[in-house]
Amino acid sequence: MEEIQKSYDGETLVIKNMNMDVTRGEFLTMLGPSGSGKTTCLMMVAGFEPATHGEIYLNDRPINKVPPHKRGIGMVFQDYALFPHMTVAENLEFPLKVRKMSKEECKQRIKRVLDMVQLRGFEGRRPSQLSGGQQQRIAVARSMVFDPDLILMDEPLGALDKNLREQMQLEIRHIHERLGVTVIYVTHDQSEALTMSDRIAVFDDGVIQQLAHPDKLYEEPENAFVAHFIGENNRLLGNILEADDKNCKIELDSKDIIQAKNVNIAGIGNRTTLSLRPERVIIEPAPGSMPNIFNARVEELIYLGDHIRTRLKVCGHDDFVVKVANSSARAALNKGETVKIGWNIEDCRALDPSG
Amino acid sequence: MRKINNINNNQEILTTADGVPLKASLNRALRRERNISLLLVTPLFVFVLIAFLFPIADMLFLSVDNKIVVEKLPRTVPLLADWDETGTVLPDEQIYKALVQDINAGTVDKTILRLGRRLNFEQGGMSSLFRRSVRKLKRLKEPESYKAATIRIHRKWGDLATWRLIKRLSGKFTPTYFYSAVDGGVDKAGHFVRNPENQRIYLKLFVRTILLSLLITLFTIILGYPISYLLATLPTKLSNLLMILVLLPFWTSLLVRTTSWITLLQREGVINDLLVWIGVVDNAHRLTMIHNQIGTIVAMTHILLPFMVLPLFSVMKTIPPNYMRAARSMGATQFRAFLRIYLPNTVPGIGAGCILVFILSIGYYITPSLVGGTSGTFISNLIAYHVQGSLNWGLGAALGTMLLMFVLALYVLYDKVVGLDNIKLG
Repeated sequence: MEEIQKSYDGETLVIKNMNMDVTRGEFLTMLGPSGSGKTTCLMMVAGFEPATHGEIYLNDRPINKVPPHKRGIGMVFQDYALFPHMTVAENLEFPLKVRKMSKEECKQRIKRVLDMVQLRGFEGRRPSQLSGGQQQRIAVARSMVFDPDLILMDEPLGALDKNLREQMQLEIRHIHERLGVTVIYVTHDQSEALTMSDRIAVFDDGVIQQLAHPDKLYEEPENAFVAHFIGENNRLLGNILEADDKNCKIELDSKDIIQAKNVNIAGIGNRTTLSLRPERVIIEPAPGSMPNIFNARVEELIYLGDHIRTRLKVCGHDDFVVKVANSSARAALNKGETVKIGWNIEDCRALDPSG
Repeated sequence: MRKINNINNNQEILTTADGVPLKASLNRALRRERNISLLLVTPLFVFVLIAFLFPIADMLFLSVDNKIVVEKLPRTVPLLADWDETGTVLPDEQIYKALVQDINAGTVDKTILRLGRRLNFEQGGMSSLFRRSVRKLKRLKEPESYKAATIRIHRKWGDLATWRLIKRLSGKFTPTYFYSAVDGGVDKAGHFVRNPENQRIYLKLFVRTILLSLLITLFTIILGYPISYLLATLPTKLSNLLMILVLLPFWTSLLVRTTSWITLLQREGVINDLLVWIGVVDNAHRLTMIHNQIGTIVAMTHILLPFMVLPLFSVMKTIPPNYMRAARSMGATQFRAFLRIYLPNTVPGIGAGCILVFILSIGYYITPSLVGGTSGTFISNLIAYHVQGSLNWGLGAALGTMLLMFVLALYVLYDKVVGLDNIKLG
């Protein structure tokens, strides 16, 4: 039910004319490399940075002029920002006390959120006596204890180690599902974004490159940046020979002709980037079974357990990666060998030249 | 400790691969390192010992030291032990003889006059008594009665008070310097009594020193807190510039800073001129802002400000800006967030700054003596007077000891209330 629409002008444009809608109860992730403007965007929603231009709405109410403490937005910071001079209970009580809630109500709410993050019995501890994961959970609990309409999370898992991070991803996800609260989450970790989000907004250079569900983002990236940023991706550069609404023909710099799906191209004669996921490439396809079949030379094999990462030289590109699943039926590849590889038209997406 | 040892004894002793106990082996490995660090510390330790600890111990000792009486009157003092100082009878002939012998012995190197000076601190006229006695006794040849002859030389030898004083001070140690330091003395029976109201100076000066120091500390907090906050939150480039401005006075000579305050604050000074020019102050009624308490407070607040700013800054620097943001996102107003979140987190810095400024100012000497006039001087100025001017080292030492004890007590109190490990200097 909330509608954000704004642009932000400074000396340089950090956020360039951005429009975004977040639905009530949604878990939306802003994903992007550092410096892409996602944290700035979050700070504007929270009210710590003024929007230079445009308006932010919360429940259809413009909140640009509303000071941060009146917005009723919960926030989780990367460094947790737990108050070191207060105990866990006092930390959780702070937003409630500010709202002048009764002692009884405070107690109940603190109990509830501590149950939620499974940290009962930690009320009397100080933040410094908690582990990183526990601190993180208290920070989450604190952001929710006063029932905000919206919770902002600014890379809250950045400081945790990998195992704990993955565990916390699921926990936050579950808490979100249980409470149905709206969450805007900022991260630069794409696997984190894929794990947790209902929708992901991919940021780059102050612009939302694509805002879509995780699977759509991965399988149907709209531009070269998204294709490159989300997951692994083979890039082939070429000129457009011919194109219709659905498909197009591309001449690579190596003069090979590729048929690809027309997603986001300028027009005949222009440059384009072809995006092809490594797992969609088929080794030794039956001749004639697909339109794109080329010779490739095996440059490097990296054994990764469940699959073998194979670097090939194809059509003049020697950084072409194929993931060969480690199944019993897989073809044995050797370094230096030449094999045939192929892919379908719809797996190869013709996108904008940049990125 | 014993308990731990017992536990260790019950367990098997850990050894290294070649059977040497692990602890011994570890000790050997660490010994070299330990020796080197000891070697590095030694010069400083020796320096501190010679230049700091010994003088302080010596000063503490001076405040109770009284061996001069026993030393200069070695024959008289033991005999006086039998004399009843509470009675009304003068000492007998034997004691007078011993006194003459003692004085004559001291006359050779003139050191007996020092005893006169010492006794003069307690009772006026003692110095001249001894000077006169030294002069006259030289010519005294085997009199019939030493008692009569001595009293003829100076009638104070026939005064019970003189003998009471000598007897009272015949111990090796004396509390009299401390009595003086708290504006007191002893009555005829040797009990402590306070001086009359109009003769009390030291306690009053102590109280003034403490009050002014508190005031100065308060002002440095008021002035230093916002500056430190700016320093900690401004972008590095700006805050570096500001830091230089804060430290600039620090690099200027103390004397220059103090005297420039005189230029600014005196009756014909810059500030008065400005006020007269604006019309706030009438030319005939220029403000007196120097050579009084105002002068001391202004100049010392300025001089001690960096000692407040630096610890505050270093503490504020470590407070993440997200604390305030978090508090505000939870619904606290800017003011409340500051009061409940920011301020409590700066307490270690405030504590460190207060202790630094207060302790420095309570013992400050140069500035109060230059700009303090009579109403703005500190106890240290009086200590300096007794050490350099009146040469009453004992009293100076007693005052200094009291100052030291007060600061130490404050330190302990602070430790109890706030905790010393809460102090952060950077």
